[in-house]
Amino acid sequence: MTGGDGEQDAVQVQVRGTVLTVRRVDAYYAMTVVAPGIAARFRPGQFVAIAVGGPDTSMLLRRAFSIHDVRPDHGGTVEFVFAPVGPGTRWLAERRTRDVIDLAGPLGRPFPVPRDPVSCLLVGGGYGSAPLFPLAARLRKRDCQVDFLLGAASADRVFGALTARRTGRTATVTTEDGSMGIRGLVTDRLTQVIHEARTDVIYACGPMGMLRQVTALAQRYEIPVLTLVEESMACGIGVCMTCVLPVVGDDGVTRMVRSCVAGPVFRGDTVRWDDVGTIPFDALGAPGWNPRPSAAARANTNTTNPTGTADTTGTSSSSKNSKTASPGGSTRTHSTSRPANRSSSPSPGGGGAVPGPGPARKERHGS
Amino acid sequence: MAVDLRTKLGHVELPNPILTASGCAGAGRELAQFFDVAKIGAVVTKSVMLAPRAGRPTPRMAETPSGMLNSIGLQGPGIDAFLQRDLPWLLSRGARAVVSIAGSSVDEYAELAARLSDAAGVTAIEVNISCPNVEDRGLVFSCDPSASAAVIEAVRGRVRYDIPVFAKLSPDVTDIVTIARACVGAGADGLSMINTLLGMTIDTDTMRPVLAGVTGGLSGPAIRPVAVRCIWQVRKALPDVPIIGMGGVRTGRDALELILAGAAMVSVGTTIFHDPSACMRILRELDEELAGRGIERLTDVIGRAHEPRGTPRRRLSGTAV
Repeated sequence: MTGGDGEQDAVQVQVRGTVLTVRRVDAYYAMTVVAPGIAARFRPGQFVAIAVGGPDTSMLLRRAFSIHDVRPDHGGTVEFVFAPVGPGTRWLAERRTRDVIDLAGPLGRPFPVPRDPVSCLLVGGGYGSAPLFPLAARLRKRDCQVDFLLGAASADRVFGALTARRTGRTATVTTEDGSMGIRGLVTDRLTQVIHEARTDVIYACGPMGMLRQVTALAQRYEIPVLTLVEESMACGIGVCMTCVLPVVGDDGVTRMVRSCVAGPVFRGDTVRWDDVGTIPFDALGAPGWNPRPSAAARANTNTTNPTGTADTTGTSSSSKNSKTASPGGSTRTHSTSRPANRSSSPSPGGGGAVPGPGPARKERHGS
Repeated sequence: MAVDLRTKLGHVELPNPILTASGCAGAGRELAQFFDVAKIGAVVTKSVMLAPRAGRPTPRMAETPSGMLNSIGLQGPGIDAFLQRDLPWLLSRGARAVVSIAGSSVDEYAELAARLSDAAGVTAIEVNISCPNVEDRGLVFSCDPSASAAVIEAVRGRVRYDIPVFAKLSPDVTDIVTIARACVGAGADGLSMINTLLGMTIDTDTMRPVLAGVTGGLSGPAIRPVAVRCIWQVRKALPDVPIIGMGGVRTGRDALELILAGAAMVSVGTTIFHDPSACMRILRELDEELAGRGIERLTDVIGRAHEPRGTPRRRLSGTAV
């Protein structure tokens, strides 16, 4: 959304798409919608925000889903995966061929991809693996090696295991109940897979707890990690301010950034995972961050200005960097620019001080 | 027949009465990919404060029947960034900018007003004295007539004479007319109503409040009848004060309902989350609603519901403002 110049206005972001198919995939549904514009502009990692319940619905908030696949048939189709966990997603699951739905997309910033043919590990929890498959295709086009590590609570909640086995160099599957692959969590196997695959960069999508642990492990081995977060959103287009999370910018300042427009893809090391769901005390504009009693307002102006001015470009510049910087680039600069205790904290966290992340236990986005 | 949709925001004429509601459209930039922001009456920006503000922790929203609760806590970049980045962008697009301001003290409001007054291109200022998502509910100025008046007086005193000042009121008061009178007495050129109602929801699985901020502001079609009631009451008491009506407007028919109650302009809020291009759709629908009723001018129907039953339409359209 940076710039928002003339060219961007011309494209249609919000469209009415005709449902092509709704199929059941184990515990999930996959819906394919004819939406040529969205399919043409899509890049892996981006998502669609869908209005549910029809024209007179009492459900006002859009549901955001990562795009799983785009195909050229019928002028261009978009497929996304969802779990029927609430009235909104159940309504979606009841759609039939030729029904029309209102969708906006492609939204958000896509996964950055390496310039060189490196070894990529794609880690997915539950149906968080859905956006990883178009990414894998894009990576393979760049001659990257693609390994998959997928996990979920049970076999029926592992999304795309077959495709992963067919298309990945290796595919490791974990389930908490042992009903498919190895019993355990993806994070239990991560170290081994990283070593075996000689991973250069990790892409991860799944529940917050999983992303936090994947990032901690990746940082331990100094591997860049790109995470696709699943904050709940009301609009998906950057106006509602509900999907924020604490992210450290290139200037070392933590800001509450919108995961819909600055993300949903973030460099894992820039997200303050332990502080998600809070306003860190040192975040820009946190309570007490800049106590500015009105009487002293003018006296404070000078001292606050440097950060205040930095903020004017901060949000966009930090996210721009996460998009364009090569994954290895500034990773280390970041860990040092953050408070010392932050770089060490992942170790106890990863060691099990926090209850297991439970991939796929928590359903994503809206319900 | 084209309906004349022009309306007056104080002494400023707007080409049409459809505005965005503060907090639901950012500073307009995000909506530009859905419609031309210069085509609606004005963009009312998200409330800006003096300093950058991180807002409240997440979860910040919960869907409720025909509505939603939010507790954003006025997250924003602060006035410096707003003046450097957001306002110039709006003006470059030819949009009219109604800037919403929020402060935690009378002095803060006054300073914001002064800063905006110095900037070129501000169409009007909406003074948000009713955000329910502040740490201290005692700081909701619009719950107290004298506190409301103090803020409006301070703002009016610092704002250039030609920029209209609108006070945004909360419906969570015993008598909204008392607050409205206090604001107008203190120099408000008009009134915006309504802000969200304070609400709360509890997750019955975790048995804890859903919102991290515990309480939140309820918006959406669920509150439209409250908005109609508030606008009706204030219009009845203060028939000459222009009102920006908002609260659950989803269609052109809804906008017309608020206009009939007394609103001269209508802001579209939560509906934008559902339908990002809602403002243009509602504008088109309002035009059709009026044309379908044979009404030539929007101003003919502002507050029309207050006319006694059976007032001949011909007389109205002939003599109204």
